[in-house]
Amino acid sequence: MIIIQIILSIFIIFVVFNVISRYRKKEITAHEFIFWIFFWALVLTAIVYPRSTDKIAKIVGVSRGADLLVYLSIFALFFIVFRIFVKIEKTEKNIIKIIRKIAINEAKSGEEKDNIS
Amino acid sequence: MMKISKIIAIVPAYNEEKIILSVLKELKKEVNEIVVIDDGSKDMTAELAEKEGVFVLKHLINLGQGASLKTGLEFALQKGADIIITFDADGQHKASEIKKIVKPIIEGECEVVLGSRFLENKSDIPQLRKFILKIATIFSKLSLGLEITDTHNGFRAFSRKAASLIDIKQAGMAHASEILQEIKKNNLSFKEVPVTIEYTSYSKGKGQSSLNALKILWDLLIQKLL
Repeated sequence: MIIIQIILSIFIIFVVFNVISRYRKKEITAHEFIFWIFFWALVLTAIVYPRSTDKIAKIVGVSRGADLLVYLSIFALFFIVFRIFVKIEKTEKNIIKIIRKIAINEAKSGEEKDNIS
Repeated sequence: MMKISKIIAIVPAYNEEKIILSVLKELKKEVNEIVVIDDGSKDMTAELAEKEGVFVLKHLINLGQGASLKTGLEFALQKGADIIITFDADGQHKASEIKKIVKPIIEGECEVVLGSRFLENKSDIPQLRKFILKIATIFSKLSLGLEITDTHNGFRAFSRKAASLIDIKQAGMAHASEILQEIKKNNLSFKEVPVTIEYTSYSKGKGQSSLNALKILWDLLIQKLL
């Protein structure tokens, strides 16, 4: 085993413990728990037996498993960035609505006070 | 012909303490009510405007001119405005020209009046600014099919109907193009009226950098995509 494999494996064991403790605290559902355990088990297999990913890569027409992983990662990152982008736009719009509401309400209540006095 | 109308001016302002008082004093002579939208200014803009006895709507943080105009429009409509004027706070518009800009609406000629600095060449416009504004008019002709000589003039008048139909989603400076889009979308009749823009050293320093044109294009593009 080369050093990178050891480091990554330790990292994954750490993450799996984290997933287990979250499940115990009922922070994630049973479905989520099974999904994450399965996911990290797959990642661990890919790390310990890097050649195993080549077979999957060959099926989709990529020669090396490591390349396939890089492609998938970039795709996932793009998708996540897009999601965050949309979300920020939405949040900004909501903030504007709130600020506008406060501005108009304050002006109105100030006016009422003037009328009373 | 409409009977005597309630004219409300909405004035988006951001850090305009040096000039806001003189702008408001001039404006008061021409309109029934004034609404200043203080867009999160860090100076005394809001306090000074309040002393002048006009409505002051305070944005807690800086949102941009488009968002300020929308706040102002909403409030003016609630106040029962018949005609709403948008007027810049930096002193580049002439309050005396309000009569000219509301006339077509009072006479029932159209729903929206847009001020144009190019119809009569009275304004002393910097060359670069002229060039960029020219490109903007071509852009709006190509994308909207509207023949407009000055697409980015902050001096406008809306009838009550137009103001309630026009929805400004752009918080930043792209709202100027968006207003044109909304005019087109809602089939509102409009007219351009020549106005004078005073390029004082103050308004030039406060106003937009010409590079902002790129930011405006970007904002418009993003809105189309999302």
